[in-house]
Amino acid sequence: MSNNKNLYGVTALFDNADEIINAAREVAKAGYKNFDVNTPYPVHGMDRAMGLKRSMVGFVTTFLGFSGTAFILLFAFWAMSIDYPMVIGGKPFFSFPAFIPVTFETTILLGGVSTVIGLLALFASLPSNNHPLHDTDYMKAVSADKYGIVIEADDTNFDEIEVTGFLQKLGGKKIHSINKPVKENYPVLQPRFITFLIVVALLVSALTYITLNKVVYIEPFNWMTEQDKVTAQEKSVFYADAFGMRKPVEGTVAKGYLPYPYKGQLNPVETLPNPLLPTKEVLELGKKKYLAFCSPCHGTFADGDSHLRGQFPNPPTLHSQRGRDFSDGMIYHIMVNGQNIMPSYESQTTSEERWAIVHYIRALQRAKNAKLTDLEEVKKEPVVNAE
Amino acid sequence: MELDYTSEIAVVEGDLRRAEIDKIIARPMEEKPGKKYLIALTISSGALLIGALCIGITLFLGVGTWGNNQPVGWAFGIVNFVFWIGIGHAGTLISAILFLLRQKWRTGIARFAEAMTIFAVMCAGLFPIIHTGRPWLAGYLTPYPNQHGLWVNFISPLVWDVFAVSTYFTISLLFWYVGLIPDFAILRDRTVSKIKKTIYSVFSLGWRHSNRHWQHYEKAYMILAGISTPLVLSVHSIVSFDFATSVLPGWHTTIFPPYFVAGAIFSGFAMVVTVMIIVRKVFDMEQIITLNHLDRMNKIMLATGMMVGYAYAMELFIAWYSGSEFEQFAFINRVFGPYAWAYWIMVSCNVFIPQLFWFRKIRRSVPIMFVIVIFVNVGMWFERFVIIVSSLHRDFLPSSWGYYTPTLIDLGILLGSFGLFFTLVLLFAKTLPVISMSEVKAVSKGAQPSHIGVHHE
Repeated sequence: MSNNKNLYGVTALFDNADEIINAAREVAKAGYKNFDVNTPYPVHGMDRAMGLKRSMVGFVTTFLGFSGTAFILLFAFWAMSIDYPMVIGGKPFFSFPAFIPVTFETTILLGGVSTVIGLLALFASLPSNNHPLHDTDYMKAVSADKYGIVIEADDTNFDEIEVTGFLQKLGGKKIHSINKPVKENYPVLQPRFITFLIVVALLVSALTYITLNKVVYIEPFNWMTEQDKVTAQEKSVFYADAFGMRKPVEGTVAKGYLPYPYKGQLNPVETLPNPLLPTKEVLELGKKKYLAFCSPCHGTFADGDSHLRGQFPNPPTLHSQRGRDFSDGMIYHIMVNGQNIMPSYESQTTSEERWAIVHYIRALQRAKNAKLTDLEEVKKEPVVNAE
Repeated sequence: MELDYTSEIAVVEGDLRRAEIDKIIARPMEEKPGKKYLIALTISSGALLIGALCIGITLFLGVGTWGNNQPVGWAFGIVNFVFWIGIGHAGTLISAILFLLRQKWRTGIARFAEAMTIFAVMCAGLFPIIHTGRPWLAGYLTPYPNQHGLWVNFISPLVWDVFAVSTYFTISLLFWYVGLIPDFAILRDRTVSKIKKTIYSVFSLGWRHSNRHWQHYEKAYMILAGISTPLVLSVHSIVSFDFATSVLPGWHTTIFPPYFVAGAIFSGFAMVVTVMIIVRKVFDMEQIITLNHLDRMNKIMLATGMMVGYAYAMELFIAWYSGSEFEQFAFINRVFGPYAWAYWIMVSCNVFIPQLFWFRKIRRSVPIMFVIVIFVNVGMWFERFVIIVSSLHRDFLPSSWGYYTPTLIDLGILLGSFGLFFTLVLLFAKTLPVISMSEVKAVSKGAQPSHIGVHHE
């Protein structure tokens, strides 16, 4: 073993490819393990001469490439069928043929990137700019047109004098011993400097945060919130009256709010006809509205038996002759205008609902004043239905 | 000149010493730029500035400044995108497919072609992004977890495009960089300038030309070539899916993927030859980029040009054979309609003119070949124009027929993309080794052992 602890290895240069391949074979044969050959380009057959094993780069590519395949297929499946399923073009959520292009590209992407990273970081242990061989005449020569061999000092068979002699015997020129570089002290790694960096980083982040969030607030993407339009209650610079919200054109009537022509008349000479037919839906609507708005005073069956038990004067029954003689339009009129102490129900109900209530009242009146002959009509009904 | 086609032609002409190879290749980087170079750079960056101005106007006023209309909604933006993506394909073909086919002559031109791929894909990527009208939202194209709870539509050919083009760019860049690492190491050891040495050291990653590294390096390089080969074929196929998966007559064609790939290689080689002719002249590299290289590239152009011609003929045949009157109309309209002028420029430049390459004298004559490849470049641009504009301008309803005319802004952005491309090419030629030093050395005379008394593997 060498006395020089700082020794990295012994280098020798050769002039052509035949010489270097021969030298490499001899060095390997002599039992050296930690040696390397540096050539300006890959020399054919050198791997065999040095006794190197097959390169395993391909396994990295294969493994990560197929991981990419599996990942993107599962991801596309999850995104398109589970997380946000959406029918597109009538295709199934998991439409495998349509996923192939993206799957293929991701396989290539992951395979390629992992190959390069694997090659550089894993197999070649790069970057390493502080290797002892850098900046030597040896490196400059093998970079250009010479072929070099280096036997490293950490090899078990290494002996500086013996190795030098061995390389000389092989025909090597410019045999040099290369020392390890003096360990550098990087001033950037001093604790004081690092503390300074951390303080600066914290200060800058804090100031940036305060400036951007507390002092001025800048919205990054504001084209949805900031639009060139007049919003509700906003002053207009365009209209003379400065109202941003415009009134509708004079005489505009909202849908379902046609004005009632006989409003305020006590005993109208004529009334409106009922525009609705007493269908099942209309009667159900009428029943619902009657029970909600009319039944508290008029009673569930319009008998004038208020639910309020005398807290409010009871209205008369609607089954009286007078009530039954009212035209549809008159009942509607009373609902709009109110009568005696009954207030107007115009704001509580829509026009359609009032007409439906009229139909429901008619149904109640008919039911309360049933005749015996009606029974016969009822008996006939199944026969009628059967026809 | 007599040629012996039975044996491999020497890649490097004459008996260059290996140190001289370094010298020739590194010369543009070590010398001060000449007058010719500065004039070229001025012209190209001028074009780039015009393009930047036009893009600025587009961003400020909107895509309405372009000539796009109804029914021609896809016009220059997509024409230029497909054109530039196609240019890129030659680079990967040369660096990957010819590498797998053990074509040693590729070493002289591979680096340059790879760089052109990267620059062309950059130019291509520009167009769809500005065509969206809101380029700052381009991030929406990638699937990332977002506040909308939405993912990209993996069934859409436009998303396939995003994946294909970005993968292509990444892999091309890595392939190029891996090839550059040993050259950075050579430059690091050659230079005397301290600043340059620092830069080269960083990019060389401390490469030591060690055979323990070369072993993995060669394997990785071969794997990259192996995966780039299907990649390059897939990229233009996927670009063609943008059209082929639609239901528009003139686009809805199964021949599109191979037809687009052949066209891409054709146009890419034309662009490589165009740039190579200039570079070998300006930087005195006739010994490394030889006439043999140009001859072979012209042969590939002849072959791919005829494939493209076959595709043109087959499109017409299928339109007739399909019996679909809409399909037939689309093609009759393409050949004889309002855009017949574009169609016939395309056919003349891509099919008729390259037939001159049957003659060896023309294949080996630099001035004539320069004119021909310019025609091919023009013709291939018009191919994309014809496919996109002539299919769109007359669709099913005659009431919605229209005519597309580009605006000055359109033309300015196209000029700008050429400016970007050539500016990047010129900067590359001056700052990086345009030819792979280590690869050329490896195939120069006497570079490999003679294997006397050794069992050959």
